Amino acid sequence: MDNTWPLWEVFIRSKNGLSHKHVGSLHATDAEMAIENARDVYTRRQEGISIWVVESKDVTASNPTQSEELYDPAKNKIYRHPTFYDIPDEVGHM
Amino acid sequence: MNKVDTQKATFDLALWMGDNTLILGHRLSELCGHGPILEQDIALTNIALDLVGQARMWLNLAGEIEGANRSEDDLAFLRTGKDYTNTKLVELPNQDWGYVIARQFIFDAHHLVILEQLSASTEKAVADIAKKAIKEVQYHLRFSSEWVIRLGDGTDFSHDRMQSAFDKLQPYIKELTLDDELSKLAKTLGIGFDHNLVEQKAWETMREVLAEATLNLEPAEYYHKGGKQGQHTEHMGFILAEMQSVVRAMPNNKW
Repeated sequence: MDNTWPLWEVFIRSKNGLSHKHVGSLHATDAEMAIENARDVYTRRQEGISIWVVESKDVTASNPTQSEELYDPAKNKIYRHPTFYDIPDEVGHM
Repeated sequence: MNKVDTQKATFDLALWMGDNTLILGHRLSELCGHGPILEQDIALTNIALDLVGQARMWLNLAGEIEGANRSEDDLAFLRTGKDYTNTKLVELPNQDWGYVIARQFIFDAHHLVILEQLSASTEKAVADIAKKAIKEVQYHLRFSSEWVIRLGDGTDFSHDRMQSAFDKLQPYIKELTLDDELSKLAKTLGIGFDHNLVEQKAWETMREVLAEATLNLEPAEYYHKGGKQGQHTEHMGFILAEMQSVVRAMPNNKW
């Protein structure tokens, strides 16, 4: 019998306006327990104000062996970066 | 009512709250590094830290009110067993996970309603501590309730373990809401809490959660008492020996 609890990926939003960020993983039997475990493991030092959990098996990942074809072509396309504009101060953090 | 009464009643209440949170906090801290899995280990340790933090506030308040120059540390570490006022429930040794959870759940169900009432205390210092502690205890109760339901309504094995834990702990519940002269005085003065009301509300919570957990629990006909008066179980001496050994071996040491 497999006694291991399912693995969950944990995402924490550190403050309003920012997006949830992956912080790690943990074991739990269901989503509710995963949220509680995440609260206890990953927000002990005020790291966040919102938690998302998703079971690791539900995450589809890109294939590392295909990284050349997937990511290398973007390397020499600097015109895709908005670095030629001056950002007005009012815009704030981008 | 005169000032002496207020002082005595507040001291008695702060000491009782402090001793209960201190001893249960210590019991939970014993499990640090021994939880069933990392996630629950750290969850219990968080609760232990919350309770010890609350104990510091209560004992600090007790020391101030007493005016005998005793600090929170003096009260926590330099008394003998008969001077501790905590209920017997919190000093009971850890057994399996279900037992630890059941003990925690019974305490949390009472603790939360006690704090709800104390947050309206006429003594501002008492109300302030209660308001601060209440958020922590709301989570404690949520955590322990979840586990009671999960295990009670889980497999036959986990259900039997949970039921047996509650059966063992049943005679220790009533003591949490037993009053005496000083706690009655505290209530009359608006400082303390209403024991009957706490008992009633705590049982409402416990009944609701236990029904969902498919577990049985009724108030015990015969129950333990006397913790408040310093009559403790034989386990109390062992806790104090461990808690106090460093302080007594190296008096006034700072690190």
